[in-house]
Amino acid sequence: MTGPLLKVENLRIALQGDGVTFNAVENVSFEIGRGEAFGLVGESGCGKSITALSVMGLLRRPLSLGGGRIVLDGEEIQNASAAEMRRLRGKRVAMIFQEPMTALNPLSPVGRQIAEMFVLHQGANWRDAMDRAEEALRQVRVPSPERRIRDYPHQLSGGMRQRVMIAIALACGPDLLIADEPTTALDVTVQAEIIDLMAELCAAKGTAILMISHDLGLVANMCRRVAVMYAGRIIESQVADAIFAAPSHPYTRGLIDSLPRLGERAKRGRQRLTEISGVVPSIQAYPAGCRFNPRCHAVTEICRTTAPEATSLPADGVVRCHHHG
Amino acid sequence: MAEALLSLDDLAVQFKVGSMLAGGIKTLKAVDGVTLDVKPGECLGLVGESGCGKSTLALAIMGLVLPTRGRIHVGGQQISGDKPPDRMAMARTVQMVFQDPYASLNPRQTVRRTLADPLHLHGVGDKAEVEARVIDMMAKVGLRPEHADRYPHEFSGGQRQRIGIARALILKPKLVICDEPVSALDVSIRAQIINLLLELKDEMGLAYIMISHDLGVVEHVSDRVAVMYLGRIVEQGGWQEIFENPRHPYTRALIAAIPDPFHRAAATVAGAKAKGEIASALNPPPGCHFNPRCPMKADLCTVETPLLEAVSPGHLAACHFRDRVI
Repeated sequence: MTGPLLKVENLRIALQGDGVTFNAVENVSFEIGRGEAFGLVGESGCGKSITALSVMGLLRRPLSLGGGRIVLDGEEIQNASAAEMRRLRGKRVAMIFQEPMTALNPLSPVGRQIAEMFVLHQGANWRDAMDRAEEALRQVRVPSPERRIRDYPHQLSGGMRQRVMIAIALACGPDLLIADEPTTALDVTVQAEIIDLMAELCAAKGTAILMISHDLGLVANMCRRVAVMYAGRIIESQVADAIFAAPSHPYTRGLIDSLPRLGERAKRGRQRLTEISGVVPSIQAYPAGCRFNPRCHAVTEICRTTAPEATSLPADGVVRCHHHG
Repeated sequence: MAEALLSLDDLAVQFKVGSMLAGGIKTLKAVDGVTLDVKPGECLGLVGESGCGKSTLALAIMGLVLPTRGRIHVGGQQISGDKPPDRMAMARTVQMVFQDPYASLNPRQTVRRTLADPLHLHGVGDKAEVEARVIDMMAKVGLRPEHADRYPHEFSGGQRQRIGIARALILKPKLVICDEPVSALDVSIRAQIINLLLELKDEMGLAYIMISHDLGVVEHVSDRVAVMYLGRIVEQGGWQEIFENPRHPYTRALIAAIPDPFHRAAATVAGAKAKGEIASALNPPPGCHFNPRCPMKADLCTVETPLLEAVSPGHLAACHFRDRVI
C-alpha cells in the first residue's frame, strides 16, 4: 500500500475546564511515512504528549478529541471503538514512556510482561511466549536474558527497564512506535545507548518512530523530519538538517540560539546567550493571534490579532509565521 | 596565584547501608578521596552521572554531611570528621541554588520573608536596611519590587529560580554551589537563568561550583571542569583542555553521548561511547571503576587503580592510558 503510514489532520484536543472548554491542541497536522522517524518537539505543556496519546486512543477526561482525523494505514481510527483500539495498540502502534518504572507492572516479572504481548496479540501459548520473550530481551541487549526474564522491574536499573519497555513495544512488530521522552529520566551515556538501540531495531524491522522530546538536538539527530510545537500548535515543520541550518520561525530560531553549544566557546569566545524573553503561556491565557507574539522580537500588529496560516517551505516544510524567513 | 577559597584534601564521605539482619552492613563510598581547589571568582564545573557522588560532595562542602576522612577548608574554616562547622559562619560563605525551584522554596513564605529571614538570623536588625537589601537583591535577579509580597505558587519556574538565586545571594556569600540550576526549567527559559548567573558572578565576585550533566552549559560557564565517576575525580583541568583534549575515556564518552545536530563532536572527539551503565557504588569494580564500560580496557585496569596525575600542568587524568592520544 502507498500513502503515509500515519496521517493526522487538523487534530483538535479539547480540555474540559470549569464550565469552559480550552483547545489544548488545535490545527495539528502531520504525516509519517512507513519506516520514517518523525520528531515532535516542544516545551512542557505544548501538547506534544497528548497528541501522541490521541493517536493511541488514550485520551481520558478532562481531555477529549475535539475534531480532526487520524488515519493509520488508510483507515480512520479517531472514532474506533475501545475494542478496536485495543487490538491496534501493541500490535500496530506501540508506545514507550518517559519513566519505565511507572509504565511497567511492578508485581509481574519482566519476561511475563513481554510474553503477554505474544499471548494476547498472536494467540501464542505461554511456554512459547516465554521463549520468545527471552529472545526479545536478548535483542534489546539485556545481559543474561535467561536470568533477567524472571526479574521484577525494581531489580533492574533505569536503562534496563527502558530496554524492557522497548522489547514489549516492539514484540509484535508494530508499524509505528511512539516514544514519549524515552530517555529523559536516564543518564546521558545511557541515553545515547538507548537511542542507538531504538533506531537500530526500528530500522531493521521497518518500524516508523514518532519521537517526542523537549530536546531539539536529540530529535534532530534521530529523525528525518521534525515538527516544533508551541502552545498547542505546530509552528514549524521541516527536514531535521534544514531546521538547524535555516530555522524559519522565530521561536525555533530562538530555541536553537539560546542553547549553549559544545565547541562554540572555543571558536568564538564566551558570548552572552540569546534569551527568549517572557514565559510559556498557560492554556487559560493563550494570547490572541500568533501565540508566540508576546515573546517574539519580530512582532507586528498583525501577529497580535490574526493567527498565521501555514506557509509552505521547500521539501514539505511548513511554517506558521507572518514574518517567516 | 590567589589563595584557594575552597580546598578539599583527600575528602571521603562514606555511608553505612543495610542491616545486620538483611545481608549485613555495607559501606557506600559516595565520595572517595577527592582533592580539589576553587579560587575566589572562579567557576568550577562538576560533571558526572547520577550516583557519581557530586551531590554528596556538595552537601559535604555545605557542611551538611561530615567527612569520613580528609578535610575541607572553606573561607578560613576547617571541616573534618571530628570538627563540625560553625553553621552560621558557613552560611555567610557558602550557599546553594537547588535544581527544583518548585520544591526548594517554602510555599507559605512570601518572597520578602524568604529573603529577609536570613538577614534577621545573621543580625541585620535595622528594618529599613533589611528592606533595602531585599529590594536591591530582587532587582539584581530581575524581580520587581511588587513581587515581594507574592508567594512561590504565583511565579513561573524561571521566576522561582530567580527567587532561589536571590535567597542564596542575600548574605553575600563567596561561593555558590549550583546543583543543576536549569535542568528543571523550560528550555526557552534556561538561557535567561544562565545569563543571570554569569552576570551576578562578575558583579558580586562570586565563585561557583556548577553541577550539571549538560555539557553545553558546563562548557559555557566554567573556568575549570572536574569529571566524577563513582566517587572519584577521573579528570580535571581547564575547560578548553577538558572539551578539546579529553584524556579520560569516560570524559570522551560523555562528550560523544551528546546528541549533536551539527555533527561537530564526531570531528573533534574521537573515542567510542561507553557501554553499559554506571556500577553500584556499593560494589564498584576493582581497579579503575570505569573499566567494565571502557573501550580502552586492558588487564592492568582491573587490578590497579589509576592515580589522578598530570597530563600537562593543571590538566589531570586518572587513566593508565592518559598519554595515549586517540
